[in-house]
Amino acid sequence: MTDRTATPTAPRRAGLFDLRWIIGFLFAVYGVVLTVLGLGFTTDADISKSAGVNINLWSGLAMLATAVVFGLWAGLRPLAVPAAAPAEELPEPPPGIDGHH
Amino acid sequence: MTVLAASDLRLDAGPLDYALLAFYFVIVLGIGYLARRSVSTSLDFFLSGRSLPAWVTGLAFISANLGALELLGMAANGAQYGIPTVHYYWIGAIPAMVFLGLVMMPFYYGSKVRSVPEFLRRRFGKGAHLVNAISFACAQVLIAGVNLYALALLLNLMLGWPIPLSIVIAALVVLAYTTLGGLSAAIYNEVLQFFVIVAALLPVTIVGLVKVGGWSGLVDKITNSPGGGEQLSAWPATDLTGLGNATMSVIGLVFGLGFVLSFGYWTTNFAEVQRAMSAKSMSAAMRTPIIGAYPKALIPAIVIIPGMIAAVAVPQMAALKAGHGEAGLEFNHALPLLIRDLLPNGVLGVAITGLLASFMAGVAANVSSFNTVFTYDLWQDYVVKDKPDEYYLRVGRWATAAGVLVAIGTAFIASGYGNIMDYIQALFSFFNAPLFATFILGMFWRRMTPAAGWSGLVAGTLGAVAVFVLNEVGVLSLPGQGASFLGAGVAFVLDIAVSVVVSLATRPKPEAELVGFVYGLTPKEQRTHSTHGEDAGWYRSPYLLAGGVLVLTLVLNIIFA
Repeated sequence: MTDRTATPTAPRRAGLFDLRWIIGFLFAVYGVVLTVLGLGFTTDADISKSAGVNINLWSGLAMLATAVVFGLWAGLRPLAVPAAAPAEELPEPPPGIDGHH
Repeated sequence: MTVLAASDLRLDAGPLDYALLAFYFVIVLGIGYLARRSVSTSLDFFLSGRSLPAWVTGLAFISANLGALELLGMAANGAQYGIPTVHYYWIGAIPAMVFLGLVMMPFYYGSKVRSVPEFLRRRFGKGAHLVNAISFACAQVLIAGVNLYALALLLNLMLGWPIPLSIVIAALVVLAYTTLGGLSAAIYNEVLQFFVIVAALLPVTIVGLVKVGGWSGLVDKITNSPGGGEQLSAWPATDLTGLGNATMSVIGLVFGLGFVLSFGYWTTNFAEVQRAMSAKSMSAAMRTPIIGAYPKALIPAIVIIPGMIAAVAVPQMAALKAGHGEAGLEFNHALPLLIRDLLPNGVLGVAITGLLASFMAGVAANVSSFNTVFTYDLWQDYVVKDKPDEYYLRVGRWATAAGVLVAIGTAFIASGYGNIMDYIQALFSFFNAPLFATFILGMFWRRMTPAAGWSGLVAGTLGAVAVFVLNEVGVLSLPGQGASFLGAGVAFVLDIAVSVVVSLATRPKPEAELVGFVYGLTPKEQRTHSTHGEDAGWYRSPYLLAGGVLVLTLVLNIIFA
């Protein structure tokens, strides 16, 4: 090793905020806006522009579903912050690749 | 022919679209602010304290490469060449990403170096280190500038914003969050960007497919379009390579794109490797590029397909492809035009946000790798040594600001070049192709000497520059990317040849100093990842994940062959 402090010690801080909540939040807001737009404010001209698909509504619903998935993931498997050991991201082994539900 | 009016590409963005965009900026800056709290040492700032989980680093890994140049460029290739464009993903990325994860990460992560140049310093000493650190730092700032310029150009076309204003706004946003939160902020935003980019591209792909009558409708229309049915099968891609002979075309793809170019890029480009180095364990570091390979294998569906749809569904694009496009119209406009034609307000705002997000992902990756190399490899190693860590953290923040300023300058230089993609490719073939040759030789041949390290790099880089210059002055006449392919190949061969000759004539480093850097001298335990605790479970095995993505890629190749 070099003489410099290249070797990391175990994380000593309360750690990083949970990105999953932020992704969920962004998609929840986008989802609500697009769903409302799709339900109430999309004109026939808009719909014919997008090949007859009410794409605002469908995108909004898909984003809401995404938000729910991220919210559930973050809520059911919260970040654990152990005192000394390196931060354990997921307390139990999730069923998919690193916790994809 | 009429000159393309500036307003032709103008999107009909309303207040709501701008509100969605503004909300995204707020979140991006908020991430920068939150990430700041977790930065207390330079290692936190430059490598996220080596604490990130693999799914985060894996998505950031792919997002750092998903800059908008890549996005628009690949959609453009989709419009022009069709399905064969997938080679840039399936041949040109997946094998190299798997190789990085399984073969090279154990050395990068296991040796605890903080950057790719630092690996060279420990393996070969100062010569190779200086050559690489300086060339990398310059290249990143230049590429950041090219990205900024491309972003400004697009904003100008789509939204009518003045070019200088767009450059400065985008640069300031990236500057704000990377200076505050360092690599964590960059990486977290890259993960967010990944999802926003998908959210932007998926609706336009779906609506586009509905519009052309589904997949079978697209197949019919492409078959009857100027490109013809060849554009619907991946191999042998003779149009893409420019090699008329099918066998030669396949060989060119596999060795040119698949080996020399892509391995050079994916395995030694610190902007990418840095994402994996910030993972929290050896296993997570190995999994980073492999997890990233899954979306990389699938993303052509929402990038290339919209390009293909644009070529048959947008009249201007169809005309361009038939050879009588309007002046000023380029294939690079395929995606913006499709968005303009298909998306109503609302989703339109998300699409604009996604394009901007992808630009910022590219710039942030350049900037956050630049500041690390500048601070650790240039400033700390050669200029001001042995200061306390807080000093280097501060230097890192200033380097970020300086890098962004230089990038803004570069953005204006880049405007002098007609084809930005060629410019980037040229830069890249100067630096990256010889680097991979030096790495691979140095990792597996303990006899390779420090003198060979730097002389090989210099010879390779000069070889690539020579090819570029010969092509520019007309001695060679290779179209577009052909010169880059040849330049990279020449650089690779020259680097190996010079390295071997010089190694045989000079003295190697003592073997004790090479432990952790050369395959044969590194104990197996140091190269092996743990399989317990948070690295336990069969689904976290890097080898299994790697096998999975290789099978996926193979199946995709067979389906679209």
